[in-house]
Amino acid sequence: MKKIEAIIQPFKLDEVKEALKGIGIDGMTISEVRGHGRQKGHKEVYRGQEYNVDLLPKVKVEMVVANTRADEVIKTLAGAARTGKIGDGKIFVYEVAEAVRIRNDDRGESAL
Amino acid sequence: MGSEMKPLLKLCLLTLATTPAALWAQANPDIQARLTAVEAAAKSAQSAGDNAWMLASAALVLLMTGPGLALFYGGLVRRKNVLSTMMHSFVLMVLITVIWAVVGYSLAFGGDGSFIGDLRFALLNNVGAAPNADYAPTIPQQTFMIYQLMFAIITPALISGAFAERMKFSAMLLFMTLWAFIVYFPMAHMVWGKGGLLSASLGGKFPCFDFAGGTVVHITSGVSALVCALYLGKRVGFPSEAMKPHNLVISVIGACLLWVGWFGFNAGSALNASPLASSAFVATHFGAAAAAGGWMLAEWLHNGKPSMLGGISGCVAGLVAITPASGFVRPFPALAIGFAAGIICFLMVAKVKQMFGYDDALDAFGVHGIGGTLGAILTGVFATNSVNDGFKDSAGKLLPLGWVDGHAGQILNQLIGVAISWGLAIVGTIIIIKICDLVIGVRVPKEQEIEGLDVSLHGEEGYILES
Repeated sequence: MKKIEAIIQPFKLDEVKEALKGIGIDGMTISEVRGHGRQKGHKEVYRGQEYNVDLLPKVKVEMVVANTRADEVIKTLAGAARTGKIGDGKIFVYEVAEAVRIRNDDRGESAL
Repeated sequence: MGSEMKPLLKLCLLTLATTPAALWAQANPDIQARLTAVEAAAKSAQSAGDNAWMLASAALVLLMTGPGLALFYGGLVRRKNVLSTMMHSFVLMVLITVIWAVVGYSLAFGGDGSFIGDLRFALLNNVGAAPNADYAPTIPQQTFMIYQLMFAIITPALISGAFAERMKFSAMLLFMTLWAFIVYFPMAHMVWGKGGLLSASLGGKFPCFDFAGGTVVHITSGVSALVCALYLGKRVGFPSEAMKPHNLVISVIGACLLWVGWFGFNAGSALNASPLASSAFVATHFGAAAAAGGWMLAEWLHNGKPSMLGGISGCVAGLVAITPASGFVRPFPALAIGFAAGIICFLMVAKVKQMFGYDDALDAFGVHGIGGTLGAILTGVFATNSVNDGFKDSAGKLLPLGWVDGHAGQILNQLIGVAISWGLAIVGTIIIIKICDLVIGVRVPKEQEIEGLDVSLHGEEGYILES
């Protein structure tokens, strides 16, 4: 099984969710995060005190899928999240050792 | 009627028409009694109008502290200290009330000493429905007392801006108690009390025009704030760590509550519902608007963007500066005073503070200390008897007030008032903070400061968003 972790632009979340639902992936975990790659931040000034804000708001989308579906999910996700500009984000893929459905103790891919 | 009757008839009619109503009434005791009753009713209606306005004003001034100042200051600190900052304002509503009732009102307004009052009104003795003719002849003295209490509450609350995020709560309570006795009550008595050294209308040696508290409230609190900021030292991590306002939204709400509440602070200082109150109301509003505009304009030019924080800081600076002038100046000078305050306080906060490097966390000195000083001096410039006709010579002729009336010497008196406020604030606060530090210690330990005062001192969090 593969864990797919994507850091995307917040305004792309709805599009990504729709696209993944379209290929039958409806289980995911969303979190609001801050970070940056090569994207520049901005300057804020409070009563003469200047701050460089380079931790930008992003959204992290995580899901675990069967090995056979990983490539399709990555392609769909990236396609929906892409604008072509710096700041689009990144996708990371991890190996998953085990998955358990808490309700009935299903294991492995049948737990997904 | 024959022609010889006409002149006689005319004479009779003329006599009747020119006879004063009183003479006619004297012939009719019933009319006399009714006239007296009408006069009393008119006076009572005037008093009722005055009292209604003054009670509303007292409520408005309390609103300035809670939640006005609590929200304004609360939003400007880091999230972990929001409750402790709000607590500074709130607890003074508790502490100062008790002190005022027991002895504070009497020390500020009892008797006719030059520097401090006496104990004739201790435990609010004789403070009831009867007016105190020295101060507010048309309202119950109880109203005057409660109105002045709200001033005594907000003044120390302003100081909290300087020691936010690092002062011990117990030390703050002791500090504020001592400050009320050593700085506020004497200053209030000197400027507003009968016989006070700086009193303009009640026999002061150096009559200083301070309509609503530029010296008593803003200079004392602002300068004391600077002393506290210097004594306590910088916050851990200042200035390298970012310490941004955690919630400007509540600061905006707080600032607007301050603006509206200030109508009670300034216009209520007329102590009646007269045209002078209207004039002070207008001057207050104009000062606030012009200052907000001035600060935002300065920011726009200096930083390229006008900010919301700049807008609210500006309006408060203008309100501070117009405070001593509000019952003395015309509307357009009020605009000028406000605009000047907006620009000068902006420079104070954005440039001068950076230059000296002290950590006046919420700019209590930059806005209140400097704004109050500016306003007090400009009052000497723009005070005019065409606005305030309360100052007459022994012949009943209006006295010239400020420079625009041809009395430039008033500026000197204003400077004396300013100097005394600065002096009392500096000396008093140094003594008080030293005592507090020796007795309980004023600054929280470093770990508590880093963890946050809400949790360390009050055992709670302001926002529990996950619940």
